[in-house]
Amino acid sequence: MTVVVIRFGGSNCDRDALRALEHLGIDAEIVWHADGLPDDPSGIVIPGGFSYGDYLRAGAMAARTPILEEVKAAAEAGTPVLGVCNGAQIGSESGLTPGAFTTNRSARFQCEPVRLRIENADTPWTAAYEVGDVVEIPIAHGEGRFEIDAERLDALEADDRVLFRYCDADGNVTDAANPNGSKNNIAGVLGTHDHVAVLMPHPERASLPDISGTDGQGVLRAFESA
Amino acid sequence: MTAYTATVTVRLKRGVLDPEAETTKQALERLGFELEDLRSADRFEVDLDADDDDDAEARATEMAERLLANPTIHDYDVEVTEA
Repeated sequence: MTVVVIRFGGSNCDRDALRALEHLGIDAEIVWHADGLPDDPSGIVIPGGFSYGDYLRAGAMAARTPILEEVKAAAEAGTPVLGVCNGAQIGSESGLTPGAFTTNRSARFQCEPVRLRIENADTPWTAAYEVGDVVEIPIAHGEGRFEIDAERLDALEADDRVLFRYCDADGNVTDAANPNGSKNNIAGVLGTHDHVAVLMPHPERASLPDISGTDGQGVLRAFESA
Repeated sequence: MTAYTATVTVRLKRGVLDPEAETTKQALERLGFELEDLRSADRFEVDLDADDDDDAEARATEMAERLLANPTIHDYDVEVTEA
């Protein structure tokens, strides 16, 4: 059973995701999007990068490639799907997850460590944490501001489908700790199913102890049980 | 079939923050211009052959729905003219 990391033209975190998964002892392989999904992947990662040069909107083109239809079908059949950064943008553009990720409040690309508070620990992506835990995971994006209309935002929060919020070192969810102007500091959300999630921060960049912290490992460990 | 140009204008919904427009506004103000507000929009000009105006508009509208606009953050309008 193998986790598939989908590579688009312009993906650049595919190898990072592969290495982080392998470090955790999870079998994984990179698949070129035009080759389609192999049979019965144990999980799917849509990695970060700049697919299709972020043309039109980040993730807009990749979200409409044929492999995304396969990803949606696999998600419906129970396969865990994780979108990271550009993968999160692709996830929202494709309708796998709610809302949209758009231009940062600063109108700049931001590459920096951020802190996240765990909002719901009862999902595969957050089972390694407790609600209220504060983890440090880096962001690297220009279009990471989570936008959603008020009605859907209320539903998202009422259904407990927010996974992570940007916070300060003490876990306070403040405007100052919001790096990109995301609605209610939202950094990651669930899709319709608990086994489908996206987040803008990069857990794969916080998983290898030789080069970084390891706070992101817990997110990727969702694929251990898959 | 008639040749048409469908102009699709995609803009952020009112109330959705537009940091690029805000940055542009500030740059204009630095140049000494006086302005109250500034909004930006994307404009797509699609040349297509269609049976009539309605057909051209329907097809351009579907393009907006399926790709050119993101309904979570955008409004759009479509104008069709004979090319």
